[in-house]
Amino acid sequence: MSLMTLAASGNTPSIPAPQIEYGQLSPMLIVFGTAVVGILLEAFLPRRLRHPAQVGVALLGLAGAFAAVLVLAIQGYGGTRSGLLAMGSVALDGPALFLQGVIILASVLAVLSYAERGLDPRIDGVPQDPFTAQAAATPGGEQEQLATRAGFATTEVYPLTLFAVGGMLLFPAANDLLTMFVALEVFSLPLYLLCALARRRRLLSQEAAVKYFLLGSFSSAFFLFGSALLYGYSGSFRLPEIADAISGTAPITPALANTTQNDALLLIGLAMLAVGLLFKVAAVPFHAWTPDVYQGAPTPVTGFMAAATKVAAFGALLRVFYVAFPGVRWDWRPVMWGVAILTMVAGAVLAVTQQDVKRLLAYSSIAHAGFLLTGVIATNRQGIAAVLFYLLAYALVTLGAFAAVTLVRDSRGEATHLSSWAGLGRRSPLLAAVFALFLLSFAGIPLTAGFTGKFAVFQAAAAGGAIPLVIVGVLSSAVAAFFYIRVIVLMFFSDPQPNGPAVVIPSTATATVISVAVAATLVLGLAPQYFLDLASKASMFVR
Amino acid sequence: MNPVNYLYLAALLFTIGAAGVLIRRNAIVLFMCVELMLNASNLALVTFSRLHGNLDGQIMAFFTMVVAAAEVVVGLAIIVSIFRTRHSASVDDSNLMKL
Repeated sequence: MSLMTLAASGNTPSIPAPQIEYGQLSPMLIVFGTAVVGILLEAFLPRRLRHPAQVGVALLGLAGAFAAVLVLAIQGYGGTRSGLLAMGSVALDGPALFLQGVIILASVLAVLSYAERGLDPRIDGVPQDPFTAQAAATPGGEQEQLATRAGFATTEVYPLTLFAVGGMLLFPAANDLLTMFVALEVFSLPLYLLCALARRRRLLSQEAAVKYFLLGSFSSAFFLFGSALLYGYSGSFRLPEIADAISGTAPITPALANTTQNDALLLIGLAMLAVGLLFKVAAVPFHAWTPDVYQGAPTPVTGFMAAATKVAAFGALLRVFYVAFPGVRWDWRPVMWGVAILTMVAGAVLAVTQQDVKRLLAYSSIAHAGFLLTGVIATNRQGIAAVLFYLLAYALVTLGAFAAVTLVRDSRGEATHLSSWAGLGRRSPLLAAVFALFLLSFAGIPLTAGFTGKFAVFQAAAAGGAIPLVIVGVLSSAVAAFFYIRVIVLMFFSDPQPNGPAVVIPSTATATVISVAVAATLVLGLAPQYFLDLASKASMFVR
Repeated sequence: MNPVNYLYLAALLFTIGAAGVLIRRNAIVLFMCVELMLNASNLALVTFSRLHGNLDGQIMAFFTMVVAAAEVVVGLAIIVSIFRTRHSASVDDSNLMKL
């Protein structure tokens, strides 16, 4: 029976209208709606009004989405209730809601650091933000100078960011591979563009964008082919139905009886899907893009990318492995062990040799991806809770660290070379102390957010029987602590360079970002219990 | 014809695309190779759709085409802007950040 004859046979089946739960989907809908409003503002507002209007609208939209997440959490969706939305293609459960909250918080901070216009000197009385005046103008050309003088600004970054945030909200909630693929592209495409928009060092920025774009689309092609093979195996894109096909509880059709015999489809499909996801979380050996892109992209965008992308991608990774593939965990766990060990060790060891602060933070984010993977490998409820908490802590601290990097400047913009950070503690004790706090949190020193997170994932991994992994994790944490502390020593115990960089006093926007990050580092380190409870309540996936 | 042959063709096209991304230098050619990989996935999707007798795979293929079109818009914008700066689309020239 072919599809043609089905369609042509006399009794035309009625197509039931899909049921869309607008209320429960509202966090994503609000963000996408705000992004569309942002595009309209870009088209109709006069140029001088765009910056305040775009920032206001973006923050308002994100606040609305966060309120929607809170309402859903109060209704019990964070723990006791859960549901499948939009005909089963979007899941609303604890991990999805928790991560959506984290992503929105991170994007509020990111938008605030985008909006900073007090760092670059004014040109003809026009304040300059971190983004290029006109992306289409050749770097260093006449057109660029004219655009800068005329006070142009790339305010499209706000709607682009909101589209990316919308995709990120959908990514950890996607319950079928089609929705997941679309969400992956919806958040990746704006990020490729955002990378290319730096005001200073535009060549590096464009180079970062082209690298990120080519490697990112390469990896999403792997994701897509993996989804095709899994569809071939199970006859469905739904994660729970794939799980049923694996466990053999799916209703057997002749085609399914044939394809579910074929483990090659399942295992190759799973491997290719995992390549796509591991690329986004920057796990070794799919990390090659990370240092270059983090270094080249405008620093506020780097912060956004490092924090929010990792949260969204780990959400999707957890859902794929815990909802669709618990039945083949004996096949994927050994491979993920290898990936986690490689990621932790390579991230920590390569970071030691870095001479640039942004590259250092990039390798540190790779190492953190490895620590997070140990929580994924735990394959127990504790592991999910630990990863959720770790992501919250990691996202906030990362945004703070990158916001602090934007403040250390010389005449050519941000001074990111480590040698120019020497003696920063004497020039600006406050900023150096704050940055040192973030580094200590990354290193996992007790009483900071990073320690609580690391302790939680290692504890979960140990409970899940992955003791060797925990040992490797602790050892590479020690290596990582070495280079974090090296930066702290450099800042406080070496002499400042004679014509070194100055620390610019930021406006309220960046000051808010840094203060929130400091507060989060301390609260999640000193009194994490409330958030740990929240994460462990939220640690059940809906099937 | 046995539909499995189409799957072999899809796998072959995907491999050619992936090899092209790894071997070629020109950003535009790299990008075309990625598109080839996406189209190979489409072929696999419609073949599986036929095998299973449901329409999910064909719907996914439509979504893939839309996504590929969006990717072309973004990708060409980035590649053209870097070409205007450097007068070259070779990815080997983009090495400012090499250690």
